Amino acid sequence: MNPVALLSAVGIAKRFGGVQALEDVSFTIHYGEIYGLIGPNGAGKTSLFNVLTGIYIPDGGRFVFDGAPLDGLKPNEVADRGIARTFQNIRLFQNLSALENVMIGRHVRTHAGVFGAIFRDRRTLVEEAAIEKRSYELLEYVGVANHANSLAKHLAYGDQRRLEIARALATEPKLLALDEPAAGMNATETQGLKRLLQEIRRDGTTILLIEHDMKLVMGVCDRVLVLDYGKKIAEGSAASVQSDPKVIAAYLGGEISLDVAAP
Amino acid sequence: MGKSVNTASYRTKSIPLKVWVGVALVAAALALLPFVAALAGQAWVRILNFAMIYTMLALGLNIVVGFAGLLDLGYIAFYAVGAYVYALLASPHFGLHLPFWVIVPIGAGVACIFGVLLGAPTLKLRGDYLAIVTLGFGEIIRIFLNNLNAPVNISNGPQGINLIDPFRIGNFSFARPETILGVTFSGPQKYYYLLLLITLGVIVVNLRLQNSRLGRAWEAIREDEVAARAMGINTRNVKLLAFAMGASFGGIAGAVFSATQQFVSPESFGLFESVIVLAMVVLGGMGNIPGVILGAVMLTLLPEVLRYTMEPLQMALFRRVVLDAETIRLLVFGIALVAIMLYRPAGLWPSPVRKRELEVAATPQ
Repeated sequence: MNPVALLSAVGIAKRFGGVQALEDVSFTIHYGEIYGLIGPNGAGKTSLFNVLTGIYIPDGGRFVFDGAPLDGLKPNEVADRGIARTFQNIRLFQNLSALENVMIGRHVRTHAGVFGAIFRDRRTLVEEAAIEKRSYELLEYVGVANHANSLAKHLAYGDQRRLEIARALATEPKLLALDEPAAGMNATETQGLKRLLQEIRRDGTTILLIEHDMKLVMGVCDRVLVLDYGKKIAEGSAASVQSDPKVIAAYLGGEISLDVAAP
Repeated sequence: MGKSVNTASYRTKSIPLKVWVGVALVAAALALLPFVAALAGQAWVRILNFAMIYTMLALGLNIVVGFAGLLDLGYIAFYAVGAYVYALLASPHFGLHLPFWVIVPIGAGVACIFGVLLGAPTLKLRGDYLAIVTLGFGEIIRIFLNNLNAPVNISNGPQGINLIDPFRIGNFSFARPETILGVTFSGPQKYYYLLLLITLGVIVVNLRLQNSRLGRAWEAIREDEVAARAMGINTRNVKLLAFAMGASFGGIAGAVFSATQQFVSPESFGLFESVIVLAMVVLGGMGNIPGVILGAVMLTLLPEVLRYTMEPLQMALFRRVVLDAETIRLLVFGIALVAIMLYRPAGLWPSPVRKRELEVAATPQ
């Protein structure tokens, strides 16, 4: 197996009734890269995320992650293996504080059980202190530490997106899968997000990014996969994908323009 | 990453003298309470004891409903299991007379098993659907207890089990009055101190559970189950643990109830009891331990206070008794519950997270 492949998808397929959401999608994500996933609305991007993270079971194909297959793993087991995600519609724990949200992200890497909770032995206390310290550091890392004790639902929209990233990072992922993190952000916030993504990559986490903001995608992604109607229509560097006639056709619509451009 | 941070700055844990004085005053008040209550009659000491039993029950249910967000309408079944375990292991019914401190853990353990038995098949259910299944479960347990007297007499059916052993240490029985150092303690007063000890233990355990990795996982499931799973929480195990822990506290409360009353029958474990305990949790402040305690104490005391005040009140207002106390007290109780729902929808004492947030907003960092 290729030593630089963190995640390889082979022939992923998913059908919902009469809709083929994903059809024979294959790709490989290398260690340390920012891999973009784009496509028009309904192209199957989020479905691919849900299949990858175990929320849906694929009808065909398989993922191999970090040297071992992800077949049949439940979402929590996928997180344990090292894939953390955010959601297109922010899914924070609304009535808990920002800090608690990130502390819950530490769950999968910590061990205290019922007896630790009740008797508060030394190991549990040390672990609790470490959870809190690490979570606070992550809040600082994404830049929302000044709202540590605010309820998640009371944070500004952009801060909620950042908090979701902090919570995902708390699980110590090898692959961070972000579903439209820039949605609803203004230009300044998107710039800040871009810097954060580059920093996360520099600190050693590979990123899979679904995004509609083309400036962001073209600015940070090493390689981009384009989906349309559940099929892979292009893959390559940001520049090469941008000039691909099939991609232009998918975004601007109609095979006619493609035929005109093709001969 | 790797920036050093002083996390102690936002969660200081040094306890000022004022708090210690407060704790001492509360302890003194709790110690004297049964004697103050006895001035109004021993019945009031028994009511206080029931308030503590209901506090334990409400705290147990709070784990399932308040923390994990799983609506359970059959919680009283675990109370019944605990009560019958004690009754069967410490009464002439089977001729067994195990000591209290042995049976209470057994009662908690058996209730815990029943909690898992209820939890396992209902893992995928939420909200209304879960409520219906748990409601059925509660009724099944009660009907079983009502009918398990034939062909082999296990529960003694609708007659219930009586002559249950009281709590005793050696020959020092809690069922009869006793004079120690010139102070006479009645039976209920002695039980008051035993119940206070156990209730305080249950409160401490609940506080610790809430502020733990497990407590946070419960709250995560309540807030968003999909996100909780995506963050690596094994929702199946964590939910089962919520059912098991909640049921254990129900079992403890049941065993203590048995020892206090020295009589159990299936009648004590009807649907109405489940609803009342749920009302304690919801009206007190779901998910907030002090609120749940307040809810349990209030809802235990209120009907009793009304029982004794409604007739004098009517005499004062109308110079005659218009409605007898038994009828009107439940009417007023119902009105009070509706009023709490209308004016305090988050409960009498809601979760402190909101309060903490207001403090942070007032003093920006």
